Amino acid sequence: MTGRRTDLEYERELRKLREQLLLMGAKVEELIASSVKALVDRDDALARRLLVLDDDIDHLERETDELCSKILAKRQPVASDLRAITTAMKMVTELERIGDLCVNLCERVIELGSDPSADALGGLPELAERVQQMLRSSLDAYVARDATGAREVIAQDRTVDEAYARLSRRLLGAMLQGPSEVSRGLRLQSIAKTLERIGDHATNLAEMVIFMVDGEDVRHLGHSGGSPATSDDTERSRR
Amino acid sequence: MSPPLALSRSVSQPPPRQPDRLTPSPTAPPRPPEKLRTLGLRAWHGKTEVLKGVSLQLLERRVTAIIGPSGCGKSTFLRCLNRLHEVVPGTRVEGKVLLGGVDIYERGTDPARVRGRVGMVFQKPNPFPTLSIRGNVLAGLRLQRSSVRDADELVERSLRQAALWHEVKDLLGRSGSSLSGGQQQRLCIARALALRPEVLLMDEPCSALDPIATAHIEELIRELGESYTTVVVTHNLQQAARVSHDTAFFYLGELIEHAETDALLTKPRHQKTEDYITGRFG
Repeated sequence: MTGRRTDLEYERELRKLREQLLLMGAKVEELIASSVKALVDRDDALARRLLVLDDDIDHLERETDELCSKILAKRQPVASDLRAITTAMKMVTELERIGDLCVNLCERVIELGSDPSADALGGLPELAERVQQMLRSSLDAYVARDATGAREVIAQDRTVDEAYARLSRRLLGAMLQGPSEVSRGLRLQSIAKTLERIGDHATNLAEMVIFMVDGEDVRHLGHSGGSPATSDDTERSRR
Repeated sequence: MSPPLALSRSVSQPPPRQPDRLTPSPTAPPRPPEKLRTLGLRAWHGKTEVLKGVSLQLLERRVTAIIGPSGCGKSTFLRCLNRLHEVVPGTRVEGKVLLGGVDIYERGTDPARVRGRVGMVFQKPNPFPTLSIRGNVLAGLRLQRSSVRDADELVERSLRQAALWHEVKDLLGRSGSSLSGGQQQRLCIARALALRPEVLLMDEPCSALDPIATAHIEELIRELGESYTTVVVTHNLQQAARVSHDTAFFYLGELIEHAETDALLTKPRHQKTEDYITGRFG
């Protein structure tokens, strides 16, 4: 955009929307990072404290949706403004679901208690680091309106899917060694799946950034090799 | 734990997008044939060049909206399409306007006949105040001294096409100016339709009307667009979105972008179009 907008109030509304989305993104990033720390440190007290943080994210989702509706009704936006607003409405949904998945993760951490030790977590911390990086890069691409950066995020989803598949096979092998391994194995498997789904949501965010910047819809083109995250595959219903 | 990053991010401006040529989507349905085409159309008011070489193709039975800031040449362009521009002293036109492949500015062409083939509806409803509703519908034909075999049938057909028949069928002898603003505008549309035009031009046809009357006219434009090549000048982007198939954006006498309306309003190809429709022109 080159020129200064004539309607300054409209400009302020759009700026507020961007800031609100970034605030929500920051809270989700923080929640993931803390959830992973609770997992790696075997800190179920931290995991319990994190459960309530999701409420903030839910609240921000409602506020952002309301702001988008108001702008649509008042301004009837077109072109890049329209894409920015419709994208924001979808992005908050993705971020809210990531928040829900973090709660799933914390619940599994609480169930695990002190079992197993950090050494037995296999590749989970590495997988967690990758999906955190994907989310961070998606939000960076949103801020910088960087479609190229967003495409790089999408390319990373395949790596995450492959890492998840390897981890999943390893956990299955461990569970086959005896019934005593099954309970722990299932919980670790659930955590791995949760992280993989967060990667899918980060990919969705990156696809939305590309649409916002270039007006190009790259969804469902099979670039990621994995299935897109949907509402019915989250382990718990939306909060 | 990774630090929360998002709040420290700074919002940067996107890189400027380069203008590119319009290319039809490979999955798009075939475009209708051409009805009207301007080639290097230039127009002057005195020494001021208002149109600077506009080449634009208008397709059969499509509604095309012309948008752009005040003074960009939209109305002048419209008035060049039926040779109304030249009736104002001190004006001049160059270039070609091909109607069905034949230049309407060719030497020997009768401008009155052109205006019958290319009808015009103006911003402010302008029925003849001394004529009845019926007389207004037939006024264009009378001015052209055309004979009418069945005037009653023509009046009814034109008023039906203009979606006014049911409201005035028992009032045909009343003065045209006794109608509401929206009805008067539909009467003017009926007057243009009575000449059986091939192209219908509308210069901000709803700007003097209330929202309900505007909705009637917009519905009418959509219906007429199925039978006539229609060109609508409007300042209202949402109206362009509601009524038109294609939109042309003019700026400082030049055609900047011409595309399907859905594409132009969601993903314009040119930065000037983007700036105008998102309100970034000072």
